[in-house]
Parts: sequence; structure tokens; C-alpha cells
Amino acid sequence: MERDEAAGPVQGVRVYGDRALLVEVADLVGVAAVREALEAAPLPDQLDLVPAARTVLVVLDRAPGDSDVAVLRRLPPRPARPDGGTATVELDVVFDGPDLHEVADLTGRSVTAVVEAMTEAELTVAFSGFVPGFGYLTGLPEDLYVPRRSTPRTRVPAGAVGLGGPFAGVYPRASPGGWQLVGRTDVVLFDSDRDPPALLVPGTRVRFREVR
Amino acid sequence: MLTVLAAGPLATIQDAGRPGWASIGVTRSGAADRSSADLANRLVGNAARAATIEVTAGGLRLRAERTLLVAVTGAPARPDVDGRPAPLNAPMTLQAGAVLSLGMPPVGLRSYVAVRGGVDAVPVLGSRSTDTLAGLGPSPLAPGDRLPIGALAADEPFVDVAPVWAPSSRPVLRVLPGPRRDWFEPTAWTALTAAEWTVSADSDRVGLRLAGPPLARAGEAELPSEGLVPGALQVPPDGAPVLFLADHPVTGGYPVLGVVASADLPSAAQLRPGDRVRFREGR
Repeated sequence: MERDEAAGPVQGVRVYGDRALLVEVADLVGVAAVREALEAAPLPDQLDLVPAARTVLVVLDRAPGDSDVAVLRRLPPRPARPDGGTATVELDVVFDGPDLHEVADLTGRSVTAVVEAMTEAELTVAFSGFVPGFGYLTGLPEDLYVPRRSTPRTRVPAGAVGLGGPFAGVYPRASPGGWQLVGRTDVVLFDSDRDPPALLVPGTRVRFREVR
Repeated sequence: MLTVLAAGPLATIQDAGRPGWASIGVTRSGAADRSSADLANRLVGNAARAATIEVTAGGLRLRAERTLLVAVTGAPARPDVDGRPAPLNAPMTLQAGAVLSLGMPPVGLRSYVAVRGGVDAVPVLGSRSTDTLAGLGPSPLAPGDRLPIGALAADEPFVDVAPVWAPSSRPVLRVLPGPRRDWFEPTAWTALTAAEWTVSADSDRVGLRLAGPPLARAGEAELPSEGLVPGALQVPPDGAPVLFLADHPVTGGYPVLGVVASADLPSAAQLRPGDRVRFREGR
């Protein structure tokens, strides 16, 4: 299907039961465009937004109608914004994770080069999930894409920094986990008593800084 | 103040949940059977957002430390006060020192205890609900807990008794086509809506695992994770569907074949292991 370059990000809208619509987009840029548009101008009775890898779920407090679908289909492309509009969160990371050497082997880099690539990458939170405060970070160089571990760990400590597929992430709390662990940070990623509770929200820019 | 003498298998504090936080990975949670929790609040004249106690399979014993107005709804858990049978779906006064006990309901799973003023646990992200999957909100009740009562009473209650059906252990739930029905063989929808499904033992506030005929996928492709709602029927590779309830994960990586109509979610939340459920195509 040919798509007009000036057209909006939405490729399709699927009805999801009687309280939600699933908006389909091509990529994470489209996810961000839909999320930002619906945060700025919510649909009537919009309860929640669930941005993910190729979709944004729009949860309503009523049954969705044709007019909602029409509005979603017409969402505009993401407006070009000047750089620096969003603050960058710098995370101090000790790169001593149990899978660091395996990641070096998998990527054909030295350990030093893996750390360099991770600290040079300009990362962005694409979406959240898994547990409260866990952000899926995009922007890794492609040769750092590594498969998840074939056997997940039953317990990954809070603050562990991991790689999984095209994403990097930091575990907000101890939990099971299948990502390759390359480091750790002392930063508290999620605290329900804090405002805002999550340090990393969709759109946040992130840089890892090596500490020893 | 209410003192918990016994909590049964699982008793949690639940209100209308915490919508609006999904983008940081926090699900809505809240009472699994919203309609029974709402009724309990109405019977004691509470605001709709007041927190109730969600009691799973009975076993709760509470002592009133002052005179309180309470109501028990949902699964008919044979309530009694100081050993004398007490009504369901009706407001009743507990004198100071009286003990309210809930037994094992013969049908249904979740009963709700509302107290005039609401249970005043510390809110987390704007809600007093316990999210059992994420571990947010108040801890599940334990013997010795003392529950403060809040000021969320709205009107004087004016309903004496509410006529409600007891939950069914063989309900027929309306199901709407899910967002990924096209990821399945056409026979899958037919199987979903024709078969009788048995609720498995590993079911909880996150979801019901259902045993029945396998639901065949049309391809091998992997679905990028996408948002979930309560009522979503997600089908993992083994073909046995999961019907998600209040504490569902924010996203899931398997296709959703169908979605239970929101009006039938309270019935789904009353299903317990061994119950049989059917789905009929709704609109």
C-alpha cells in the first residue's frame, strides 16, 4: 500500500471490545506521534493510553464509536520539535553485569567497546510495561541487539541494566527477567510516593554514564 | 475502626482502581466484580470511589470497634454476626464489639464488604486498590490488621435490600471479536463460542485460565506486545485462552481472539476453579 509522506501516522484502527480502540502504526515514531497527540487532545472520556511497539491502545469509559475511529485515523504526523525540548536523564551505571562478556562475544566487540557504545548511545523511552516504571529504551546501535537469554533468571536485582532485542532497560525492582545483564545503577526508577512516580516515561531521553 | 480477626484465602482492599497510569506500566486494578462493589457502596450510602473489602472464597472475620453500618454483596458467603445469620445485599448495623463472619459461598468467588465511610487505607497513585500483580497498594489483609474508616459517605442510604441474582457457576458471557481475530483459523472463533470451558485452578485476580479445545493460530508470526484490557481472551502458543481480569498486565505478547463484553465482566470475576463457562457472540 502506498502511503502519502504527509499523511498521519495511523495505519489502522481496530475495535478492541466495547471499551477500547487499538491504533496501529508503522514504528516507534508513529507510537510517539499518536501518544503525544492523544495526551494533548484526549478523546471524550479517554481513561488511559497504552503505548507499545507498534500500537497505542486507547481505553475509554464508554463504548467507542465511528467518530472516535475517524478522529484517530486523522491524527497528524508528529510535529517537528527543536532538540533539547525534553530533559535528558543521566543514569550512573557500573558495568559489571554477569552477561557483559557474553554480550561482547555475541556482538564481536570488546567489553570496553560494548561499554563505549552503551554510554555514547542517545536512548529514548519508547514505551513502558512489564512492571511499573520499566521503560523500553530505543536508540542502541544495531550491532548491540542481542537475543534474550534462553533461560530467564528467576530473580534479577533492582537497578540491573539489561539488553534484550533492540531495547535496553533498567529493572525498577527485583523480578524475574530474561535480558542480558551488563551493569547496575543505584537510581530509584519507580517510587509510588514520588511525583512523578516513574523516572522514565515514554519520550524521556536517557544516557548511561559509566562509574566504577 | 475494624479489626481483622481472620482473612480467609485472600482479602484485599479495592476501590474503582487507578486508571491513567498505563503509560508507566501500572494497570488499573480495582474491584474484580465492580458491580457488586458498587452495590455494596450504594447500600451504605458511600461515594462510588470508596474502598471496599474484596473477600475471596469467604473466611473473613471482622470485629467492629465502634457502631458501623456495613453491607455484604457478591458471592453469597453466608454472613453472620456473632453467630446469627445476617442478610446479603442489605445494609446492617454492627454494634461495637460485634463480629461479622463470612463463610464459604456455595456459588461465586468474590464477596464485597462495604462500611459506611469507606475503608481508609493509604492511597497509592490515587487509589486504595491492591494490585496483586505489581504489588502496589495496601497489603492483603492479615489477622490483627486494624482498618480505619474514612469519611467517604455521601448520602443517607435509602435502600433496604437490593434484589440481585446470585452469581452463576455456569454463565454464558457475551464475547466480542478481539483485535487479532484474523491471527487465528476461522475455526477458532467457532470453537470459542461453541465449546464449554472449564476454569483452571491457576486462576486469580490477574486472569482465568480456561481449559477446552485448542484454538488454532493461522500462522507462526510473533506479535509485538500490545495493550490489554480486562475481558481480553489472549491465546498463548499452547492454545488455552487466558481471560484477563482486574490485575491484568498492561501489555501482552500473544494475540487476543475475543473480548468479553464489559457488562459481563462481573460474572467472569465470580468464576472459580471447576466452574464451566460458555461464550456467545455479542454485540
